[in-house]
Amino acid sequence: MITVEQRAEFRKHFRDNISSRLITDKIVKGVVLGCVVLAIVPLASILFEVTKNGAPVLSIDFLTQIPGAVGSSDVGGIGPAIQGTLLLIGMSSLIGIPVGVLSGIFLSEYGNNRLGQTIRFFNDVLAEFPTIVIGLFAFMVIVVTFGYFSIMAGTFALSIIMLPIITRTTEESLKLVPVTYREAGYALGINRMTIIFRILLSSAKSGLITGVMLSVARIGGETAPLIFTILGSSDFFAGFAQPMDALPLRIWRLSFLPYDSSIAQGWGAALVLILIVLSLNIGIRYLFLRRRGGGRFRIVAGG
Amino acid sequence: MESVKLKGGSASLDKVFKIGVTIAAMYVLVVVVLIAVQLGSGSYQIWAKEGISFLTGSDWNAVHGRESFGAAPYIAGTFVTAGLAMLIGLPVSIGIAMFLSELAPKFLRTALSFVVELLAAVPSVIYGLWGLFILRDYLRNWIEAPISSTLGNNVWFLSGTPFGLDVFTASIVLAIMIIPTIASISREIMIAVPNSQREAAYMLGATKWEVFKMAVIPYSKSGLVGASILGLGRAVGETMAVTMLIGNATGPSAFPSSLFSPGQTMSSIIANEFAEASQGTLHMAALIGIGLILFVIALSINVVAQLLVSKVVKAHEGAIIA
Amino acid sequence: MEALTKTPNAGRSFQEPRYKLVAENIVATYNGVEAVKNVSMKFRERAVTALIGPSGCGKTTFLRCLNRMHELSKGAKVTGRVLLDGQDLYSSREDAIIHRRKIGMVFQKPNPFPTMSIYDNVAAGLKLNGVKDRKVLDQIVQGCLEMVYLWDEVKHDLKKPGMSLSGGQQQRLCIARALAIQPEVLLMDEPASALDPIATQKIEEMITELKKEYAIIIVTHNMQQAVRISDFTGFMYLGSLVEFGDTKQIFENPKNETTAKYVQGQFG
Repeated sequence: MITVEQRAEFRKHFRDNISSRLITDKIVKGVVLGCVVLAIVPLASILFEVTKNGAPVLSIDFLTQIPGAVGSSDVGGIGPAIQGTLLLIGMSSLIGIPVGVLSGIFLSEYGNNRLGQTIRFFNDVLAEFPTIVIGLFAFMVIVVTFGYFSIMAGTFALSIIMLPIITRTTEESLKLVPVTYREAGYALGINRMTIIFRILLSSAKSGLITGVMLSVARIGGETAPLIFTILGSSDFFAGFAQPMDALPLRIWRLSFLPYDSSIAQGWGAALVLILIVLSLNIGIRYLFLRRRGGGRFRIVAGG
Repeated sequence: MESVKLKGGSASLDKVFKIGVTIAAMYVLVVVVLIAVQLGSGSYQIWAKEGISFLTGSDWNAVHGRESFGAAPYIAGTFVTAGLAMLIGLPVSIGIAMFLSELAPKFLRTALSFVVELLAAVPSVIYGLWGLFILRDYLRNWIEAPISSTLGNNVWFLSGTPFGLDVFTASIVLAIMIIPTIASISREIMIAVPNSQREAAYMLGATKWEVFKMAVIPYSKSGLVGASILGLGRAVGETMAVTMLIGNATGPSAFPSSLFSPGQTMSSIIANEFAEASQGTLHMAALIGIGLILFVIALSINVVAQLLVSKVVKAHEGAIIA
Repeated sequence: MEALTKTPNAGRSFQEPRYKLVAENIVATYNGVEAVKNVSMKFRERAVTALIGPSGCGKTTFLRCLNRMHELSKGAKVTGRVLLDGQDLYSSREDAIIHRRKIGMVFQKPNPFPTMSIYDNVAAGLKLNGVKDRKVLDQIVQGCLEMVYLWDEVKHDLKKPGMSLSGGQQQRLCIARALAIQPEVLLMDEPASALDPIATQKIEEMITELKKEYAIIIVTHNMQQAVRISDFTGFMYLGSLVEFGDTKQIFENPKNETTAKYVQGQFG
């Protein structure tokens, strides 16, 4: 037993270091706050510069016309790029959403085994995969096979990129649905497929929409895979077997041109792109805040 | 009678349904395997010609008849830029995660999490555009030029006349881009640390920082390592912003010898030279070969990271259920 | 002269016992909801005071106010004063850190630091306080582990992780960790509720022993436990202190009707 006297004796070995420890604490807090500022500054600067440089370019013509000849006085617009991005998003969703939802259903309903774990694992790996590799893959599989760059190849690449995001969010939102819903369905003798789709359409709907919007925001800003697949073009959609333009691709190409007007157009296109992507993200946020357990969705960054 | 029939019907429908979703889920596995196969077959030509020297060589000559390709400078470039980005981005990310999980009042927490998410949502090409026309000048005039004029002659990795399109600028933008990845996952992992751990440290008279060091960091270490590796994976695979900022050197001069000299990464050389290479040439095979190297590196990084992160998150979920 | 100046204090302490810890008008809220409603209590040295009451009566919250642990929870606020030897813990922000080391706390569930060894768990608080001398560290660690009857069980395994121990051993390790910073008051929040009867008995024996040197305040759900180990008992109900007195009196001759009902097991 340590007595009061011993306690006093032991305490003599304690150093009176409170004030220096508190100073360290304050310094650390300051540094941490500095880290936060370091993250805010680039975001603020990006939003500011894109708006400042992009807004003057915006006009109906800019949004709807084809690009003018390089370096000419008529700079034209980014109509084909906007059309291409919207088409790519739509077509990729046609593949990515059904496959992603079905595989999310598999993981949540039948995925409690080795196969499920493996698929879940590779799904997560694929979600973080360099998109340029996926672009190369689409090039080999579609472009090389068919012999031409096309919006089909771009769709193939982007659908692979969106797939893991949809799968994951579908699985997570199905898991958030109380078991009792399902049990009630089984008790009524309704088959599993009907139950799952009913649940998906009602209880897990907002989670599903979140996943779709997240993945759309992601592929909308995706550039690298497009270089190998849709190639880029100055014309509006001319068929599924033709090259196509897209906003990120157009921004990239414009940024290398030595003309001020091209660079200004690049900023304009960037503003349009950032508006699309950020409004999707803010929409998700809105959905997010209304539902419980939304915090489990991991951030999905633009590649 | 009728109900029995119905049940039988729905059971077989369920079987079909199960097979359907299983096939859909298998698609991911098929894709990963096919990526490996395609990249392997597409680059076969270059491995056959260069062998191991494709990994170690630094020549880059696409002129017909004199072709010679080595990926070493780009592999080095990838690791140097990603490493530098980690060096800058990791502490900042951990700081942000610490702020979000330990210090921030509730309203700030929500607002800042949103900022981090937006930072993640900005497309890579816009980071590139911003880096190219805005950040580059600041970095060159305020950081690179003063450093190189004072230390450039004595320190080898700071030599050269800074142009702004170099390893340094690319790494800074990469650092900004990996912050949201590492910060948001680290935050999740720190939040998963049970409060009883923090209370134990507080009880001993620890300050906030000491609580963090004593209770939060050790408990979440493996998860934080996983989050960092995921960030590294993103830095390694990142293409557009780097392509726009790194200066795009080729051949032996692409070795990242100085922070202020132009370089090249695996992904940036593929993006840059793809348009110049025609299908079936050694040049194309070399680019696809670099894609294969990138695939293998990214796959290993991600596998390790997923193993570490999922372990922590699973333990956390288990704790909630229990 | 010296004797004269001391007289008033000495006189007072003669009339009433010396209180180690005094809580005055404690109001504790969670997101605006009052969990503790204006509770005042005095705790004596070398005595065990038990806080009893039904779940949600605010006894744990009150305990957590005594070392400013409550305010660390999200949305939590405290007003009032807590005097340790006459010094207010709530007078400044730094005080929390300075005073917490004089007030040890043991939680409901054992919470050793999972990555630290048994030795490091006990020494954790000492290292914060700048104790670097290995001999002193060894001496205190051994002393504290002896006090919780753990020394004989673990003296050959000091390098093993704290998590390798059984639940009861972990809880005793946590008590040793709290004792290592040489506190004067020991707060215990249902320290035996997660343990089996044998481990519980060990903890109770230990508390009786520790009482000789510390002021111990224990929240318990178990009324037999309160009777067995405590000298004083406070009964809390709906956030207020209903009755406070000698344990014997509270359980055998309660003045308040609600107290009577509770100790007779009519609710809770």
